[in-house]
Parts: sequence; structure tokens; C-alpha cells
Amino acid sequence: MTDASMDTPRPRRAKTSLVSEDARTKKRNAAEKRFQAYGILAIATGLFFLAVLAFSIVRSGLPAFTTTVVDVNFTLTQEEFDEAEGQLFKTKAYSGYFISALQKKLETENVQVAFDEAAIERIMGKIGSTLREYYTANPDQLGEEVAFKLNAASRVDGYFKGRVQRETLQDSRFLTLADLDLVDALAEAGIIHTAFDWGFITGADSGVDNPGGAGIGASVVGSFFMMLVVLLLSLPIGVAASIYLEEFAPQNRWTDMIEVNISNLAAVPSIVFGILGLAVFIQFMHLPQSAPLVGGLVLTLMTLPTIIISTRASLKAVPPSIRDAALGVGASKMQAVFHHVLPLAMPGILTGTIIGLAQALGETAPLLLIGMVGFVARGYPDGFISGFTDPNSAMPAQIYTWAARADQAFYEKAWGGIIILLIFLLTMNIIAIILRRRFERRW
Amino acid sequence: MPVFWLIVIVLALAAAGYFLGRGRALQSAGGDRRHLHSLPTYYGSNVALKAVVPACLLLVVWLVAQPFYVTNVISGMIPASDIPEGSSRGLVLSEVRRTAEGLDNAVAAGVMTEEFARNARADFTDVTQRLKDANQVVTNQITQPVLRAAQKYRIVNGTGNMVMTGAVILVALLGALWGLKETHKAFRARNSVEKGVMALLIAAASIAVLTTVGILFSLIGNTIEFFRLYPASEFFTLLEWAPSFSGRGGASSLGVLPLLWGTLYISLVALIVAVPIGLFAAVYLSEYASKPVRSFAKPMLEVLAGIPTIVYGLFALLTIGPMLLSVFGPDGTGWMGGQRAVITAGLAMGIMLIPFVSSLSDDIINAVPQAMRDGSYGLGATKSETIKQVILPAALPGIVGAVLLATSRAIGETMIVVLGAGAAARLSLNPFEAMTTVTAKIVSQLTGDSDFASPEALVAFALGMTLFIMTLGLNVFALYIVRKYREQYD
Amino acid sequence: MYDAPHTERDVDQQDIKISARKVQVYYGTTHAIKDVDCDIEDKTVTAFIGPSGCGKSTFLRCLNRMNDTIDVCRVEGDIMIDGEDIYDKRVDPVQLRAKVGMVFQKPNPFPKSIYDNIAYGPRIHGLAKSKADLDEIVEKSLRRGAIWDEVKDRLDAPGTGLSGGQQQRLCIARAVATEPEVLLMDEPCSALDPIATSQVEELIDELRQDYSVVIVTHSMQQAARVSQKTAFFHLGNLVEFGDTGKIFTNPVDSRTESYITGRIG
Repeated sequence: MTDASMDTPRPRRAKTSLVSEDARTKKRNAAEKRFQAYGILAIATGLFFLAVLAFSIVRSGLPAFTTTVVDVNFTLTQEEFDEAEGQLFKTKAYSGYFISALQKKLETENVQVAFDEAAIERIMGKIGSTLREYYTANPDQLGEEVAFKLNAASRVDGYFKGRVQRETLQDSRFLTLADLDLVDALAEAGIIHTAFDWGFITGADSGVDNPGGAGIGASVVGSFFMMLVVLLLSLPIGVAASIYLEEFAPQNRWTDMIEVNISNLAAVPSIVFGILGLAVFIQFMHLPQSAPLVGGLVLTLMTLPTIIISTRASLKAVPPSIRDAALGVGASKMQAVFHHVLPLAMPGILTGTIIGLAQALGETAPLLLIGMVGFVARGYPDGFISGFTDPNSAMPAQIYTWAARADQAFYEKAWGGIIILLIFLLTMNIIAIILRRRFERRW
Repeated sequence: MPVFWLIVIVLALAAAGYFLGRGRALQSAGGDRRHLHSLPTYYGSNVALKAVVPACLLLVVWLVAQPFYVTNVISGMIPASDIPEGSSRGLVLSEVRRTAEGLDNAVAAGVMTEEFARNARADFTDVTQRLKDANQVVTNQITQPVLRAAQKYRIVNGTGNMVMTGAVILVALLGALWGLKETHKAFRARNSVEKGVMALLIAAASIAVLTTVGILFSLIGNTIEFFRLYPASEFFTLLEWAPSFSGRGGASSLGVLPLLWGTLYISLVALIVAVPIGLFAAVYLSEYASKPVRSFAKPMLEVLAGIPTIVYGLFALLTIGPMLLSVFGPDGTGWMGGQRAVITAGLAMGIMLIPFVSSLSDDIINAVPQAMRDGSYGLGATKSETIKQVILPAALPGIVGAVLLATSRAIGETMIVVLGAGAAARLSLNPFEAMTTVTAKIVSQLTGDSDFASPEALVAFALGMTLFIMTLGLNVFALYIVRKYREQYD
Repeated sequence: MYDAPHTERDVDQQDIKISARKVQVYYGTTHAIKDVDCDIEDKTVTAFIGPSGCGKSTFLRCLNRMNDTIDVCRVEGDIMIDGEDIYDKRVDPVQLRAKVGMVFQKPNPFPKSIYDNIAYGPRIHGLAKSKADLDEIVEKSLRRGAIWDEVKDRLDAPGTGLSGGQQQRLCIARAVATEPEVLLMDEPCSALDPIATSQVEELIDELRQDYSVVIVTHSMQQAARVSQKTAFFHLGNLVEFGDTGKIFTNPVDSRTESYITGRIG
């Protein structure tokens, strides 16, 4: 202990004043500023990516919710109807009526533009058959004025949304530059305009050739049935498994194995669960392909580890004193858990379950393998049970299907589908947050 | 769906048993519940459990076993000579199954009478045509043995279902009766119910293990089948991935290496994006950010983690790809040929991984004790010196673990690469070229009209196995490191 | 309460190193230190004693602005070191802390080697011109920390592998290595066993040769053993400050007396 007094410290540091920064401190403080700037830059970059993502979703997705419609007030008399029905090309006759009605309307609006039947067909599709279908189904409307809102062709829709441009358009049998003049004239007269497209929200998928008619509704129903399966299976199984592992399991090899298993399963890529579903549920058990039931089963297996992990955390958060209190008044261990611990842990369990469900709702890869993508969901299931077993699509699978199609008009639908999907996810997460805020207990 | 109604019937039996059991218990105690050993509900639950559990167990076992039995029976009906060249027994059997389903549906649609479906002979009536008329998918002309087998299949399956329904209901009834019989005021109903519930809890916990077993079973079985058809040495060493599209025939080159290269390259790009951004963001948020900044920026970054991967896939394909193309494409530097490229997918994946890396690192940095920081500040170190020389070295094992977990995520990611990376397998160093990954090929080999017996489809299982082993190894290692790290500061 | 400190000083009076006037510290809305005036002399051990939560550690942490790292903490009043206000806007706390070193309650060696632990300070402050120079600093600091003989053969071993007492001496050596002018010690022995404590106490006594040492302690015996000056804090007030001998044998304030005789605290 004599070392200290032996050598007096050689003054390495010159006596400096505190109020003036020496050169080295200046350099160090500059490095400090730089480092801090990197941090800010990193966060700004992350937030920038988020903003770009949000911006491209909104910008590209919002058009999916509108469609271009043609407003025409049209009156068909009984005589005209009879005459048309008497002809060989019935729909052509209806087109003729429509064109003359449109011409009349344009005259009253004082718009000068020439067009023929082919142009109308390019802009509005087969108008004659639409009209004929309507009047054959509603003969009582004959002689009355009917306000039609007719969907314009997908390329015209694209023209309104900027997907089709005048400069790059090449005349084809689908659309010509002259048609665009007509469209402009009609738009000026207020006859053709964009309107909210309920069909996108309520409709089912259309074929590859009709992007305008594609809707997300049927796949929302598919997702709903899938989530129902996931909820009904994963909540009870997940809670039961967690209760066992957290409250009853003895410390032995089997328990260890289960625990290691669960934490590894939580990190297994989702596509592997798809392979599992394909091999076990479809190849081995011969459950129907593309069915929400199978999708739900696969997603259940995938979500279970997440739910078990969050459930165990909320069970663990209930203090042991509660269990002791219940045991102290003579409850069995099982009663203590089910009567006291479980209800106290319930908000946490539900929050975890909702977040697990939200994850499952957005999962796509396993659905590809069980055939949810090859299938075109053209309609709604016709009953509750067939909702589980009939082939259907699901929201993310539908989005993928649209994104993989060649026609670029489907991209807009895919982005629109993403908006719907994100609205669902956002709602679920908000519910989870509210649940947590409302019922969270600090011990 | 008869199984659905069967379950409803069993549940109804259980409900009835519950009330009967409760009533009987109270009766045996002379209406005074204080004389009972357990609460009355336990007597009811005991009966209900005994009705439901064995019946459901039987149902599940039956549902799994019946297809085996049926396949066995049918398989015996098809002589080896009737299996066409280049096909296999499995293919013929699945045709039988399809035909049988077609017949079922045709009968349900009213196109065929039950009588006709049972007795038709392919020689006499053109069953194929009639099935096609009923909108049933029938690929080949139905042959005599296939039709016979399909008819037998329907009969055996029908009988099986009938017997199953009877057996399950019988077991439920017997269980309920057993429960009722033992119901007496001295019976320890609570203990009995708790034993039953415990068994259910253990069963639920075992599902995790069953899932793993299921994964291994589906991967290993099919992988072995694949290696029987395709030499393993070529799979592991061939530098080319070119499956033949005709389906049959051995012209395919199925080398895993180009796919592995694509997977690792894209993951590397993703990590190059995500790790610095995520790490610096975590450092800033935990060491510098004021409370309001932290409470805004942290959840905002975590939003990125909650976005489904399909969205990132679309973002890669339709936003990042065109954006990069406008800079590096033919109109820009000319490095990039198409919007699908390693860098496109890597960038999107990197963005997806930012919150993953940052929140894991945040946890880990926060686990470094404050005393370390104090010690360093007390010596006159600046914040950045403290972070670089004390906190990050201390947190290094944890951060390595986090990066490994992120790598495993990147390797297993599917949707982004399916949409953003391209379809052609390539061994190239150019990040602007399209490459493909293990996951993308699993998807492409297993979707579409693939025939499960061909090596082109089975290779997907070998790829799945590769993927599973890689991610499992990374996860186990990473979790081990992270756990070790946590223990150090606990 | 404390009106005439200067009259009761020893004759061998040292220069005043730190002088604090009307220091107030707030944690959010809590008023943790109230109106503290105090002069700390050079080459002297000054002990801060008082019951838990009395503000002695808080005041100590004001002296090298460690409280800056706590967001809600606010300091008012003047604290001068060698006549310079350390809370002046132009003062860089980093520079200040190099001058006023600190040793903490719990030994907190960095998870690095023993050598790197000691070399950390000299490196960041650029005190060594060469590797040999740094080696010399490390050896000298470890000798000063009275731990050289125990670790000289394993300088590459991690500092966390040492025993508690060794770790604390390592931390003191680490603080000494940056050549501070003042050494603050926040209950340096509270996590140590009696043998380690006596080693550290001996060390403190030797450090007095070169530094002004301020030590916060819970133990009155320790204060009596190591310090020349003692300050008694109670509920955020500096109740009494003076020569250690005087405080322990003949306190002026009744609260000091109650504390020393064990009635409060």
C-alpha cells in the first residue's frame, strides 16, 4: 500500500479552465454530434420508409374504390321493346336505341362530337345486352324513364385514373384516340364521371379479363371463416396449453421439450406450415383444397406458439399471492387457477389472441400452398357450413392473385385490397390496445 | 357435412348428460347439496366429459384411419397391369378418388341417380361424358378398373361413415351412462373432473410437439421419396436449377445451390439495410431520444413490423422495383434489366426487418445495467464513447443473437421474394439481376397443376427440409446466445 | 443551523477546492436538496453522512454533474471548482468529469479486460502518447488502486471476474487513471465485506495525498475512520459541517446528535 505515495503523479494533463473547451474535447464533441446524427438519420430513414409505404398504398389503392360510370336517363317504350325483341340481332337494336338517346342528350347539352356503335361498345362494353337484360327482368319499367349508372370499360376507367395516357395510347380494338375525344366530351357534359365503387367492397373476384368487376367481398368472407376456425381452435388450445405449462407442469424432460418446441415453432418460417398443411391436411387427410377450414387449421398451428407465449406471460404476471389466497381457503389448485388466475389474466390473453389473429389474417405464404391462390372466388359461399368447406379465397391470397395477374388494372385492385386488409388489422390492433389500456392491472 | 352433425349430436348428448348427472347427484343427496362431496356442477361435468372425450377421440382416430383402410382396399382392386406407363399407383388412386368425388357431386346435383352411380359400367355408358356434363373435373377417360374402384370406394366410404356415426354415438352414450352410474353423493366428482381436465390440458400442450412431428413427418417422408427419384448428390452439388415443365421424365436439373445463393444474397442485402438502421435507431431511442420522441418514433417504427408481408411484396414489385429501375434501368445507369431483382427484394425485406432488429436491440441495450453507463460517464466519457466502447461491446452477444434471428426471418420470408425477386435461378454477384430463393421455388413447385409424385413437385419438400434445418439451426443458436446474455445481467 | 464554519477549522487549513452556495436540486416537483452551502478542501477527505434519502448522494452527484443524465433533475445555485462555476453554460460536463472522477456504490467494472478497464479513461481523454506510455499509466493506476500485485499476471482477464473488493479497487484505479483533481465516492464500501472495506479505506487515506476526496457513507464509523471533515445531511438540508472529530464528539445541532447516537436514521 505504499505505491501511491512513492511516486508523485506526473502531471499529464495541463491545468485547464473548465469554461473553455480544449481541442480534444472539441473533437470528441464533434464525434458525439456525428454519432447522434447517425441515430437521427436511422430513425428518419425508418420513418421515411414508412411514409413512402403509406403514401404508395394510399395513392395506388384509393382509385380501386372508385369506378368510372356513365349516367344516362333512358326511356324504352313498349313498342320499341317489342320491335327489338322481334329482330334477329336483338342486342344491336338496344344499342341503337341507346345511341340515339345519348345523341339526343348530347344535343341538348350542346356537345358536338361524332361517334358510332363500335366506339360506344369500346367505351361502355356491350351496352345492348345490359339494357336487354334489364328490361326483360323488369318489364314494368317499360315506358318509364330509368336513370342508368353504367360501368365504363376498364381502359376508360384507366384513362380517368391516369393509367392510360393519351400520349402513349395506340389505337387498338379496345380503345382509340378518337374514343378519348368522345370520353372527354362526355365527361365535360357530366355524363361520364367517377363514382364510389361499392362493387369492389361487396363483390367477388372476376376472371382475368375483367379487372373492373373484381371485388374483395368474397375473400373477406373467406378470411372471416378462416379466422373463426383460428379463434375457435387456437384460443382454447393455447390457453389450455399455457395453463398446463405455467401452472401445473412438473420440471421434467417432457415439459422442457414442449417449451423448446414452442419457442422454435414461433420462429419457423410460415411457408413450412404451408407444407405441413399441404402434406397432412390435403395429401394425407384429403380435406378439400382451398377451403377456409384447411387454411384455418394451418394458421391455427402457426398462431398457437404466439398465443401460448403471450398467454404464459399474462399468467405469469398474476402474483402468486392470489393463488395462495385461493388455496388458503381450501380451493383445489385447479379451482384456484380457473376461478382466480385465469379471469385476472384474461385481458392479457385476449390482447395476445387478437394480435395473433391479426398476424394470421395477414399471412399469405401458407395459403399459397393449400390452393387458395389458384382458385378464383367468383361468389359467396351459400351457407354457414359450406363457408368452411367450399373453396374460397382469403384477403391476402386474393391480393396476391391480383398482383400476379398480367393486366396492370389488377394492381390497383391489389392495392385497394391492401387498404381493406390494413383497415381490418388496424381495427384489431386498436381493439387490443384499448383492451390493454382498459383492463391492464399493475401488481 | 355429417361429421359436423355428429359433433353436434355428441355435444347434445353431453349437455343432456350434464343435467341428468347434476339432477341425479342432488337426488342422491336428498336435494341438499351440502351432503354432496363436490359441487353439483362437478357431477354434471363428470358425465359430460365422459360422454364427449372418448367419443371425440374415437372420431378423430376413425377419421385419420379410415382413408388408410379404404386406400388399402381400393389398391388391391387395381392390378399392376392397369397402371399406365409413366404413372404410379398413387396417381391412379387419386384418379379413383377424383372419380368417386365426381360421382358424389353428380348425384348431389341430380345429374345421376344413385342407382346409376353404383352400377354404371364404363363400357356401356360414357360415364366420363356425364360427369363432365355435371361440371366435374375428370382428366382422363375413365377406365373400367378406375370406375369399379371408384364405385367400391364410395361404398366402402359410405359404410365406413355409417359405422363411424353409430360407433361414435354409442361411445358417447356409454360414456354418459358410465358417468351417470358412478354419480352418487359420496363420489369424488371434483377429483375425477380435475383429472379429466388435466388430461385435456396436457393434450393441448402436446399439440406443439405434434405440430413439430407433423412438420418433420411431412418433410422427411416426401424428401426421402424425392431422393429415391432424384440423386441426392446432384441435388446438393448441381449448379443449375432447371425443372422440366412437362412433368414426367428426368430432364430436370434440380440443384439447390443456386437457390441457396439467391436466398443468402437477398438476406444479406436485407441485413445490410436493416442492421445499421435498426441498430442506430435502437441506440438513439434508448440512449438519446427524449420521452416524446421515443413515444412517437418507437410505435411508428413498430408499425412496420405489423404490416403483412404481402404488402411488402407488392411494395417491392410495384414501388421499389420501378423506382430502382428508373435510376439503374436502361434509362439510367443501365445496370438493371427488370424491376424484379435481388436488390428490390432485399430492400423491401430490409425495411420489414428494421423494427425487428430495432426492438430486439432496444431490449438488449436496455438490459445493460445503468451502472455501466454511470461508470463510463463518471470517467468523463461522452455518450457516444460510452455507447461505442461500453454498451455495445457489453450488448454484443445479444445483438448478434438478434441479427441471427433476423437472418432466419429473412431466409424464411416468402411473399417478398415471390413477388420481388424473380423466377430464374442464377449464380451471380450482380445485385441488380433477378434471382430466386428456396421459398419462392417451394411455392412455384407446389402450386399449379403439379403431380405430387414427380420429382419436380417432391423437390419442394427437400427444399422445405433445407429451409427448416437452416432456420431451426439459426433460431436455436440465436435463442441460446440471447438466453446466455440475459442470464449474465439478471 | 450552520452559521460559523470557518471559525472552527483546523489550523492546517487547505485551499478550498469546491465551494457550493445555495444549491437547490429538484427531481420533478420534489425538492431534494435545499439551500446547501459547503466548502470542500483540497487534499482532504470529506465525508457526507445522514439517513437514507437525505440527499447526500444527490449532492455528491451534483459535483460532477452526473445528475445531468437524469431527465427530470434540475440544479440551481452555484458550485465552483477552483473558482469556476461548473453549471456555467460554457462548461462541458465531459471535461468536468475528467477533472472530478467518481466511484460508485456497486463496483461496476466494464465487461472488458482489466487492462482495458483502466486504459479506458486515458484513451478517451488522450492522455497516453504511446502504447508504452499507456502501459505505464495502467501499471501506476493499478498500484495506486492497491491492486497491482493481485492482477499483474492477468491483465487480460475480464474485470468482471474479480472478487467484489478487487472490483471496487479496480474501479478506484480506473478513476485514478484519468488523473482527476477530485474523487467522488458514493458509498464505495456498501457492497463489500469487512476485509475488502478496510482495504478500500486504507486506499482512500492514501489517495488523500494527491486528491480532494468526497465520500458518501452510511457508516458513521467509516466516516470517523477516513475523513477529516464531515457533513451531516438531513431531509435535504446540510445540518452541520465541520471537523470530523468535532461532529462526532460535540455536535452543535440536536439532529446531528440524535443521528450519531442512533435515535434517527
